[in-house]
Amino acid sequence: MIGLVVVSHSARAAEGICEVAGEMAGDARVEPAGGEEDGLGTDAGRIQDAIATADDGDGVVVLVDLGSAVMNTELAIEMADADARIADAPVLEGAVNAGVETTNEKATLDSVVERAEEAREYRKLD
Amino acid sequence: MSETEQQREAVEQALENVTARLDEEKTHLTDLDSAIGDADHGANMTRGFRKANEKVQAMDEDDPAELVKTIGVTLVSEVGGASGPLYGGSIMSASQEFADDGITAETSIAFAEAYLDKVQDRGGAEVGSKTMVDALTPAVHTYKKSIETDDLEPLEALAKAVDAAERGVEFTTPIRAKKGRASYLGWRSVGHQDPGATSTLYIMEELLATAQEVLNGEVEATAEAEEAPEEMPDEVAEGEEE
Repeated sequence: MIGLVVVSHSARAAEGICEVAGEMAGDARVEPAGGEEDGLGTDAGRIQDAIATADDGDGVVVLVDLGSAVMNTELAIEMADADARIADAPVLEGAVNAGVETTNEKATLDSVVERAEEAREYRKLD
Repeated sequence: MSETEQQREAVEQALENVTARLDEEKTHLTDLDSAIGDADHGANMTRGFRKANEKVQAMDEDDPAELVKTIGVTLVSEVGGASGPLYGGSIMSASQEFADDGITAETSIAFAEAYLDKVQDRGGAEVGSKTMVDALTPAVHTYKKSIETDDLEPLEALAKAVDAAERGVEFTTPIRAKKGRASYLGWRSVGHQDPGATSTLYIMEELLATAQEVLNGEVEATAEAEEAPEEMPDEVAEGEEE
């Protein structure tokens, strides 16, 4: 099963987004990687650990918030053993979409990324 | 002392000098960062380089590629934020340029170019984005051109590169940030000097100071030992260390 990792500058934001996405993700592993040692920020080592925890061999899709979250995730993926990809999507909406797709029997890394990225098009009004 | 032992000593010396300088400038870097960022650049860089010092000193290893790689790996895990992957990640991958021939004039140019490529690739910044790239790009180009085209000694080339970096840092003040946290401020970022470009300059100044120390030592040692002067650029080139 494809795993998910949510990277945010805030540990609490990452945990909260995992909570929301986890509700839709069935048995998939949804791991937060938020904050850094002294508070807000992102940490490549922390993200690498979360990818390892989320991976059961099928790969991991990572949702990220802003700026250094992208850089640290890229670096974590380079260092990780797992097959992992970043979805270029809004972090919460993308995580929910990805969560739903992981429960699809035929889900692949591509299909989960694609589904997460569909969240870019969402309108909240009308 | 063997050549690799000399290179190890040069790497250690550079690392010590850079760490001491960042420690000195910690408050200044943090002040610059609090104007347009999140006020942690000074503390993060100092913490990272201190740890890198400890790690490198504890290593039983003379291979400069491995030593420099360790600096990068440590910065990634200790600095955090955007500076961790930008400084640490780029040093990590560029360190491979020292794997075959150690630190020479040629490999130091290759290191500098690989480092710049990685910083740009990772951060997506170009010249004019108000980032470390504004200091780094003219410095790397000047270093390469001074050696390859103008036939200068690596030490002179490095001095010119530091001048170029300094002008690059000055250039970051009047412009608007297009990358990094400061870019969220839009026009409010104008009038502030970029902290990442500034720390890049400090590091380069210390690499130059280290290269001067090491080279002067080497000149005397070489004179006494009457060795071939071709050995000298290897030591000078160490200046492009990180």
